[in-house]
Amino acid sequence: MAQKAIREFDAKSILAKHWNKYFPDFTYAYETVLVQNGSELKEAAKTHKWLSEKPLVAKPDMLFGKRGKNDLVLFRDTKPGDVSLEKAASWIDAKSSSKQKVYFSFDGDTPTGEASVDMLTHFIVEPFTPHTQDEEYYISATCVGDDDVLYMSAEGGMEVEEGWDEKVTEVTFKITDTEEEIEAKIRANIPADVAQKDKEAFAKFAVGFFKAYRDLNFAYLEINPFVLQGNKVELLDMVAKLDDTAGFMMVDEWGDVEYPTAFGMESKSPEVEAIEAADAKTGASLKLTLLKPEARIWTMVAGGGASVVYADTIADFAGIEDLANYGEYSGGPTTGETKFYAETILDLMTREKDPQGRDKIMIIGGAIANFTDVAKTFTGIIQAFENYADKMKEVGVKIYVRRGGPNYEKGLKDIKEAADRLGLYIEVYGPETHVTDIVRMALEEK
Amino acid sequence: MSLFNKNTQAIFWNNNKTAIQRMLDYDYTIKRETPSVAAIVAPTSGNKFEKFFWGADEIMVPLYKSTAEAKAAQPQADVLLNFASFRTAYDVTMEALNIGGFSSIMITAEGIPERLARGMNAFAREKNVTVIGPATVGAIVPGAFKIANIGGTIDNIINSKLHRPGSCGLVTRSGGLFNELSNIISINADGIAEGVAIGGDRFVGSVFIDNLLRMENNPNVKYMILLGEVGGTEEYKVIEAVKSGKIKKPIIAWCIGTIAKYYDSGVQFGHAGASANAETETAEYKNKAMAEAGIHVPASFNDLPEVINGVYKELHAEGIIKDIAEPALNVVPKVRRSKQFICTISDDRGDEATYAGFPISSVATPDTGKGIGDVISLLWFKKQYPQWATQFIETVLKTVADHGPAVSGAHNAKVTARAGKSVVESLVTGLLTIGPRFGGAIDGAAKYFKYADDNNLDPKAFLNYMKKEGVPIPGIGHRIKSLKNPDLRVEGLKKFAKEYFPATPLLDYALTVEQLTTSKKENLILNVDGTIGILMVDMWRALGYSEDEINEFIESGTLNAFFIVGRSIGFIGHVLDEKRLAMPMYRHPMDDILYDVQEAEKF
Repeated sequence: MAQKAIREFDAKSILAKHWNKYFPDFTYAYETVLVQNGSELKEAAKTHKWLSEKPLVAKPDMLFGKRGKNDLVLFRDTKPGDVSLEKAASWIDAKSSSKQKVYFSFDGDTPTGEASVDMLTHFIVEPFTPHTQDEEYYISATCVGDDDVLYMSAEGGMEVEEGWDEKVTEVTFKITDTEEEIEAKIRANIPADVAQKDKEAFAKFAVGFFKAYRDLNFAYLEINPFVLQGNKVELLDMVAKLDDTAGFMMVDEWGDVEYPTAFGMESKSPEVEAIEAADAKTGASLKLTLLKPEARIWTMVAGGGASVVYADTIADFAGIEDLANYGEYSGGPTTGETKFYAETILDLMTREKDPQGRDKIMIIGGAIANFTDVAKTFTGIIQAFENYADKMKEVGVKIYVRRGGPNYEKGLKDIKEAADRLGLYIEVYGPETHVTDIVRMALEEK
Repeated sequence: MSLFNKNTQAIFWNNNKTAIQRMLDYDYTIKRETPSVAAIVAPTSGNKFEKFFWGADEIMVPLYKSTAEAKAAQPQADVLLNFASFRTAYDVTMEALNIGGFSSIMITAEGIPERLARGMNAFAREKNVTVIGPATVGAIVPGAFKIANIGGTIDNIINSKLHRPGSCGLVTRSGGLFNELSNIISINADGIAEGVAIGGDRFVGSVFIDNLLRMENNPNVKYMILLGEVGGTEEYKVIEAVKSGKIKKPIIAWCIGTIAKYYDSGVQFGHAGASANAETETAEYKNKAMAEAGIHVPASFNDLPEVINGVYKELHAEGIIKDIAEPALNVVPKVRRSKQFICTISDDRGDEATYAGFPISSVATPDTGKGIGDVISLLWFKKQYPQWATQFIETVLKTVADHGPAVSGAHNAKVTARAGKSVVESLVTGLLTIGPRFGGAIDGAAKYFKYADDNNLDPKAFLNYMKKEGVPIPGIGHRIKSLKNPDLRVEGLKKFAKEYFPATPLLDYALTVEQLTTSKKENLILNVDGTIGILMVDMWRALGYSEDEINEFIESGTLNAFFIVGRSIGFIGHVLDEKRLAMPMYRHPMDDILYDVQEAEKF
């Protein structure tokens, strides 16, 4: 996946790191810390003097917005702007001690949809910045279709979100636009409502913002709102995604950036993390998503396209209730990589029996490979069978194989022989059988 | 217009031997006349070619250090197969676009930074170059040209009828499913006429509509199959083209990823490009919209074969699709052995052995008008040199044949002969003397004078340079001869060159150097070794060799080789002379040796 959300703290850190390059006419204090609990915050105060000197604002930094409406922004104790270090620390401890409900969408102030419930683990703490509503502005940029689009508004905060169509000016840029063209387009489109005294500053800031978005390979970048006070800028709230495929070029530019799991999404299981780590190390592709680990149908499918077709077909035949995982391996993984991948899945699927006492189903599918050596990858799967045969028999696993491509005859023969030898139930098919037909066969059998 | 034809050739960036061999096996199977890979770019390889099988035989595909070199040497190759990694694929593509002359570029790397991919694709569009990929297995025009690994093994290619044109135009995102669909189409219809896997990354160069519009205009394509995916809006451009009548041929289409609707956007199904950001980007919505536009959309992927079969039968019944006669194929042998040796100069397999393609009898006898210079040009240079050049070569050989018994090589040969050794033993003793001090002046003169000329050093600067190198200028100086008392061999060579060479720039330069050196000392003239070395360079320049090629001749010792051949004549003469005279064993007179032997000291 190419576009990954990052924390507000990291987004600010990246901008701060390159501040003088993109915003030479502005100052930004970069007074911000990321902490997981109250004592970390107090520890941070030893090196960040402003934490004990200024009134503070604290809020969770976990990729979700609408924090104000969820009452998760601490900016007042008894009155706005009186939050002390002590208060912020105790508030963070309180909020992180038990699961919290968060709504992602609102109609006015009324939440809509289901709340997500999860622990709050990361908080961003900054100085409270007194300012007036008319000093707040909005700016964001992202890629739409083949073009980049810059969104600007003279109004920041809730106002812009609720009156998007009337209040936002859009400017579209071709990927080939030069710096001069970009600057000219932005200057020609500064929202009319921007205060006259701020127009020039707004334009300069917007140009720098867009260049930073482009040069630093952000996939999405939003500041809502930012506050302009002369040449002083405050970034009150930021949302950002990076194009992580650019990571190899951006090692220094991005620094130590983290891609957290979104709030409410179950945090990744150690198995999924292990597969991700293996994937990062190989030129091949290894992907695993757990959908419903207690379900009975498990897939181990080769190829990004074929894996989707199998998932579609399982959903069509059995519904998603029975589908435990989604994943794929492709790009010619080694025998060892395939073994590791297969063992991870076998381990997960043999932990519990099906509550209804049915056999579990393992779909080892794939299209006709272009260059992956089928026998070689199957050798890895066979080695995994050898280690998990007892567990598989205990839980009850039926295996359905369909595959074609280089050396497939040997691969199919080997896996059949191995399963028979180990006493595992297996059915094996080659390219003469329609790619997803094994799903039908597996599910028709009762 | 089809994407490729039977003469299409590619430059393959990265020496990916398995993929290239698969292309050549395909070429051989479908009886292409030329290999589909004309050149390989291998920036870090020191080799000049890579061997590949062509059926049971082997052929050599040239290696180049850069795309620019490869393109200059193989200008007819208008497809670049960019197999660079995601770190360098962008640079390779941009360089090729700037060089120009490519009609299509295929990029296999997955995960090129999005912003770079977008810039690259936009630049290619501006240059009117079709980009296939990134993150693709490629494209194929069956019976004509196949990119790298697409279609898989030869067995699978033949099973899936990818060895000859059918009537379907196939466009998919996924490479694995491309293969699967080829198989399905071969079972349920008559195979494909052209197929492209556009690639799985979010930003790919040519998109569905680009490929479908080209297929619409390709008379070999009778109907199209489009396999889309959840995410993106590219399918709507196809719908528009169908609605507006731009595409009239039947289309069968299916978007995979119908399952995605059950999960929130946190689950990434399939490729990077496959993620729905809006309802219109879901597979279900797109399938519905395509069906409404009159595109043939099955109920599920499982039903796709049936729909293909239906459309095919209909077009066949209407006579739009005709039956295809299966072509005869070459069979790639299962067991092949790589050859240990390569020979590119002569061939003794036929009726009569040949020198660079010429039967020996056609160059040997006097009535052929050919001399030893012609034989040398064929066997050493694999070229037919013009007469002035072959005569020059012969002049050189004659000129260097002997320089009397006193020179060290001849002396050694004579001493060995007198020790009772055979002709060959005596000859090699003489030959082994040839090196930097004996006979080496030809090489050295060519090397240093050419260096000076290439770097525009005036005679004075050249002399300074040689002083710094710490070597006397090779090819300058004679024991007794001077400008006033010239060496007639040199005069003869110069005269011949002036009369018959198209130009003699290096000799002209050398003569200006001689002016300077003789002004310092009379006998510092351009000697016979120098003249030969310098005129050889002029000869090769006039024949059109590049400076790099000439430098290679010098470095590989080709100039020395002329001296070796010529002087062997003289050495053999001296050896035979000794035998004829039955001279006894030679012992050097002791009074000709200065003895100065001290007793060794103890440490």
